[in-house]
Amino acid sequence: MKLVKNAAGRMVPTKINNQKQIPFKGVDKFRPTGSKAKPPIRTCIDFPEDGNKIVKNLKEALKKAGLKDGMTISTHHHLRNGDVLTNLLFDTVKSMGVKNIRWFPSASFPCHEHLIKYLEDGTIHHIEGSMNGPLGKFASEGNMKGIGVLRSHGGRYQAVQDGEVHIDIAVIASPTADPFGNANGMTGKSACGLIGFALADSEYADNVIVVTDNLVPFPCIPWQIQGNNVDYVVKVESLGDPTKIVSGTTEVTKSPDRLLIAEYVADFIEAAGIMKDGFSLQAGAGGTNLAFVLFLKEKMKAKGIKSRFMRGGSTKYLVQMLEEGLTDYILDGQTFDLEGVRSMRENPRHVNTSPFTSYNFHGKGNFASIVDVAVLGATEVDVNFNANVVTHSDGYLLHGIGGWQNCLYSKCTILAIPSFRDRIPVIVDEVTTLVGPGELIDVIVTERGIAINPRRKDLLVAVKNSTLPIKSIHDLKKEIDEICGGAPAKPSVNRKKVVAVVKWVDGSILDSVFQVYPRKNVILQKGGGE
Amino acid sequence: MNQKNNISCAGKRGDQIRSDCYIELELKRSGGIKIEMKSKVESMYGDSIIAQLTEMCRFFNINHVEILVEDAGALPFTLAARFELAVKRLLPDLDKEFLLPMIDKNYSSTTKERLRRSRLYLPGNEPKFFVNAGLHSPDGIILDLEDSVAHSEKDAAQLLVRNALRSVDFYGAERMVRINQMPLGLNDLKFIVPHFVNVILIPKCESAVQITEIEQEVHRLKRLHKMKSASSGDIYFMPILESALGIMKAYEIATASRHNCALAIGLEDYTADLGTQRTNEGRESFFARSMVINAAKAAGIQAIDTVFSDVADMEGLRESVIEAKSLGFEGKGCIHPRQVQVVHEAFAPTLEEIEKAKKIVLAFEEAESKGLGVVSIGTKMIDAPVVKRAQRTIDLAIMNNIISKNWKIE
Repeated sequence: MKLVKNAAGRMVPTKINNQKQIPFKGVDKFRPTGSKAKPPIRTCIDFPEDGNKIVKNLKEALKKAGLKDGMTISTHHHLRNGDVLTNLLFDTVKSMGVKNIRWFPSASFPCHEHLIKYLEDGTIHHIEGSMNGPLGKFASEGNMKGIGVLRSHGGRYQAVQDGEVHIDIAVIASPTADPFGNANGMTGKSACGLIGFALADSEYADNVIVVTDNLVPFPCIPWQIQGNNVDYVVKVESLGDPTKIVSGTTEVTKSPDRLLIAEYVADFIEAAGIMKDGFSLQAGAGGTNLAFVLFLKEKMKAKGIKSRFMRGGSTKYLVQMLEEGLTDYILDGQTFDLEGVRSMRENPRHVNTSPFTSYNFHGKGNFASIVDVAVLGATEVDVNFNANVVTHSDGYLLHGIGGWQNCLYSKCTILAIPSFRDRIPVIVDEVTTLVGPGELIDVIVTERGIAINPRRKDLLVAVKNSTLPIKSIHDLKKEIDEICGGAPAKPSVNRKKVVAVVKWVDGSILDSVFQVYPRKNVILQKGGGE
Repeated sequence: MNQKNNISCAGKRGDQIRSDCYIELELKRSGGIKIEMKSKVESMYGDSIIAQLTEMCRFFNINHVEILVEDAGALPFTLAARFELAVKRLLPDLDKEFLLPMIDKNYSSTTKERLRRSRLYLPGNEPKFFVNAGLHSPDGIILDLEDSVAHSEKDAAQLLVRNALRSVDFYGAERMVRINQMPLGLNDLKFIVPHFVNVILIPKCESAVQITEIEQEVHRLKRLHKMKSASSGDIYFMPILESALGIMKAYEIATASRHNCALAIGLEDYTADLGTQRTNEGRESFFARSMVINAAKAAGIQAIDTVFSDVADMEGLRESVIEAKSLGFEGKGCIHPRQVQVVHEAFAPTLEEIEKAKKIVLAFEEAESKGLGVVSIGTKMIDAPVVKRAQRTIDLAIMNNIISKNWKIE
């Protein structure tokens, strides 16, 4: 495989899975041109006049959709770790004897460990989507037939729109749907709030199959997915395990160290003057991210400040802010708990969004760059503020990118991270995998201090007179290395074998993930003197 | 503790363990040093772990051994303590100590008058809590060898605490160790005195003699380790009274040594000793608390209150500190880092107290600059202790970020 050095100085392939690739050229330096991809022309006279598109089962639907070897099947991840449908889908594909499928999920979860046997027997050729837990281990050790592709949520939309990925069959898990194919995620026993990650799939795939465990008579309102884009509807007993789809309740961290990080984040947002009337923020569902919102909430109440909108990952904490009038709107990308689902159902100010509105590279603008402050996590950050969110320092794939890359475009991007985990430093010389270019990352908040990107002179000036523990990133790194017993060694990887690539939001390749040599117990013999 | 023939083990193992490790040693007659390692951080620190263990084998003259390491991200000071323990459990007569370099900050000394509003207890055999404790800015950190450590692990905690005193940055917190109840506690001193502990907490103290015994042992150890005489006054004692007898001997204990810096009360054991229950309003302990405060003030040292044990109830904690402050206590024990800021805020002077203190300090400075011997505000004369107390109020206000360091020019 031929590797070239891209503009970020990382070695990346020029061709993967028989598709030509563009090496990363720099932030905002690459514009795909031409016309957007388009689905085939369909005609209403070819569909049932009574609007009933129900077929008897998934196998029948896949057969009608013309499933064959080498096709691309897409799924969404709103059912999270409760997803049963995707496993059932590939059981069905296997039973039909079809091989070499490109699976194009918007994310995968540990529950998809079930699919490893299909990666082994060639039913699935490779995954283009996140590879976590057992799938990550499988791919990292070089066991996948093709090369994995990791994209952001916005990048997935971009890949569909500019034709980089053509979806043959989209299978859309729908907690509620009607026989025409209108669908939403707001009600039903598998309710997950919204199903915005399936929007591109429904519009661009050759064939769209809606699968539901809560079939209602036409019309299913609201139609987050429009039945006019849907070919077939399948009713199943259950889409998944509701307790794992949304948590009954999300809780803030109890760790005193994480709470300290969260407190520093809120202090920073206030001290830097970001917290002012009408501001906006993005918060995730990690324990630290939930906690900073609570600290910020107290500050907003004390100063009588209200935000215009908050982007989430909605949880009961954002819902409380909405209901207490501390924000005008929640613009929600995925709903994490039951309170979020309820609020979305009841409150017109809790709005359903999709990667199209929020993150799409080929949109005429998107929301990500409008947000005043985004608070995110990372597995590693280096002294140039480059960050990693997909691999662990041992080289193994650990997380998907999610909306993380897209959120870096906010006016102030803060990474809220512990300075080390157990013995593993989070601030390093050079990230194991480059996922976020340092020029877009403004502030690193750890329990040991706050490092501001020297490019952001404005922020450095803004907090100059605060009592915040501002440090240089080099000083922070030195402090952490002293605690951990020196800088960590680099993982032992096979630089000749790329197992996955990380795309930048524009579709170019930002970095490669290399094959990791599996861990084994080390037994050493040292001859001792007598 | 699995200890038969020539096999020993130390540390902790299992899926729940973090930042610690388990070590098993088997001495052999030949075959050199053989290390079997399972580590969460193997690709990052595997070589470093092997180098450290090999160095320690050399130091202890162990040439033929099989070592099993199950590591869950133990930091070097923990790894060293666990390995040394495994060696010493095998060779109890070995008196060599494997000492890691002392970090510069941990030579720092303390003063008798230092603020001791909060003291954070850390279980002495739980290294995962050590490294970040100082970040929460308690006035003192207590590495506990007493109640939080199981009897079978006392030897483990001694080595771990010793290593922590040398290697862990506590970010300016006073380095305190709670030793075991006397006479067992005497045996803890050699693990802490040579390593620049600032304050020794003496639990369940019941007589002045106990303090004297500790003082003598501290001096013996200092001479033995040739610790500079300039710093000979640097180790202070905080006796904790936790029984009816201790309370009755409060003044005798408070004045037993010039190295006493504070007298503390421990209410869990005390109420048990009385045969009563601890209540929120604390009528059952009012006498004891007042005794401790009076004895401490009479001896010219600080009076320190017990811990507040409901870590979820921050409002209850705040009220309890305000009550303690009104009785005359100057500090409170913390068992969770999140309690520290609440304690500091509640001990902080009120705005009214600060305004009054500012006037006094300014009047004093003005009188001094004019060469006047007498300070007065209006017609009111101000005594020296009043000025001293006012200055302390100002210092507290600055420390709590209520007023700026430059309050005089603002």
